[in-house]
Amino acid sequence: MADGLQVTELNAWFGTRQVLMNVNLRVPSNAVTALIGPSGCGKSTFVRCINRMHEVVPGARSSGQVLLNGDDLYGPGVDPVMVRRRIGMVFQKPNPFPTMSVFDNVAAGLRLAGVRDKNLLHDVVERALRQAALWDEVKDELYKPGSSLSGGQQQRLCIARAVAVQPEVLLMDEPCSALDPIATARIEELILDLKKDLTIVIVTHNMQQAARVSEWTGFFLMGELIEIGVTRDLFTHPREKKTEDYITGRFG
Amino acid sequence: MSIETRRFVVNRVMGVLSGAAAALVILPLILVFGFLLYQGGTSLNLDFFTHTPKPVGEPGGGMANAIVGTLILIGLACGLGLPVGILGGLYVADSQDAHLPSVVRFLADVLNGVPSIVIGIFAYTLVVLPMRRFSALAGGVALGVIMIPIVLRTTEEIIRLVPASLREAGLALGLPKWKVTVRIVLTTARAGITTGVMVAIARIAGETAPLLFTAFGNRFWHHGLDQPIAALAIQVFAYAISPFDDWHRQAWAGALVLISIVFLVSLVARLATRDLQRQAR
Repeated sequence: MADGLQVTELNAWFGTRQVLMNVNLRVPSNAVTALIGPSGCGKSTFVRCINRMHEVVPGARSSGQVLLNGDDLYGPGVDPVMVRRRIGMVFQKPNPFPTMSVFDNVAAGLRLAGVRDKNLLHDVVERALRQAALWDEVKDELYKPGSSLSGGQQQRLCIARAVAVQPEVLLMDEPCSALDPIATARIEELILDLKKDLTIVIVTHNMQQAARVSEWTGFFLMGELIEIGVTRDLFTHPREKKTEDYITGRFG
Repeated sequence: MSIETRRFVVNRVMGVLSGAAAALVILPLILVFGFLLYQGGTSLNLDFFTHTPKPVGEPGGGMANAIVGTLILIGLACGLGLPVGILGGLYVADSQDAHLPSVVRFLADVLNGVPSIVIGIFAYTLVVLPMRRFSALAGGVALGVIMIPIVLRTTEEIIRLVPASLREAGLALGLPKWKVTVRIVLTTARAGITTGVMVAIARIAGETAPLLFTAFGNRFWHHGLDQPIAALAIQVFAYAISPFDDWHRQAWAGALVLISIVFLVSLVARLATRDLQRQAR
């Protein structure tokens, strides 16, 4: 039985348009796997299939198998809500809850799931904010609105919110594309830190970023997984011509 | 004329025009309020707020029963209009159905355009006839039905403004859809929905026609929601068409109190949601 994520023959559609074709991929646990590829190649759809967010979109459907540590996430009777508790997600644009304070944002996942214990919540919030490398910046203003933070801080707040519920996997869909280089660097450090506790899948347009943070890199093109391999090998000795064309900037 | 001078002049002219238009918007309100104050201010005294109307010919008395009646009617109307309007608006905004939202929206707009006296007849048939008497309940139903389309439409518009990314954030945290809707979407939209509710309350507070044959009016304190009840709007109407100068003055005062109630309710709601709006920005 495989550790981490095992994706087998995954197909996905929006209406009649197929956006993922027969993707087979293994994501090892406690490592960072980067997904690269041109816009519209299906990498975002791929991660949204992993936590069953794809099916939330009207008209969207998928087929295939996704196993997390051996559990079939699309098995009969599996509640997508429970899948999403095990697999957290960080989005392209920071999206803290605007009516909630910094503290409430991080506590949201547990609190809305029914946790009332104040001490426990406080411990969890502090630990999550430390994990997200945000604690020192916000510890004196935990009750300010989450939306009053800077963009980079907001994104780390969203990471804290996602890790507070202690997921096994963290999906990051272009988490730095709305951030400046300094904020980006902080998030990248954070990713390297987080992989001690988590399995991370990061979608990125930035190939340098993939090279900096990931052990494994997969290349998507037109809904197909063209190639996946150890990051350094993929960037230095791609097996496929299409991969080489993309990473050398000949198209896309 | 140099281009700088022209820009300067155009800028000035447009600035003045916009300012004048803005002033024109609030001018009627100021005039109405000022005129009411001038005509009715002198009749406002403690008695007005604490006493019921005196019999014809006796001076003095007040509209305490009508003030309370109006507040009760607003409460009853909210009891019907808010749940139906807000939940309906939520459903329509969230619906994946291809036709339902536009059908409901169209019907709500039609209902909004129905003359309020027709809605009064509707409540008369629905409540007054079976109960065989005029009642506060019937008045509340009439006003509540008037509220529904206003609240439904504003709720729907505001809910649609809540970014999809917030819903996704909630779902991705592993929250069930209903919790995302109640705890995240509705909370985020709270300030806007409150404004819509205020508009609806302001609208029904002054409605007279639908109350004429539902709440009916009452010169005394009411004894239960199944009894006829006084309302400021009816009282003002009755006094205004009466032949007595004293009653005319009290009608002005009643109108002044009515507009003040609407003003106060709006102000309180504004203050209560101000922090939320600031955060939402």
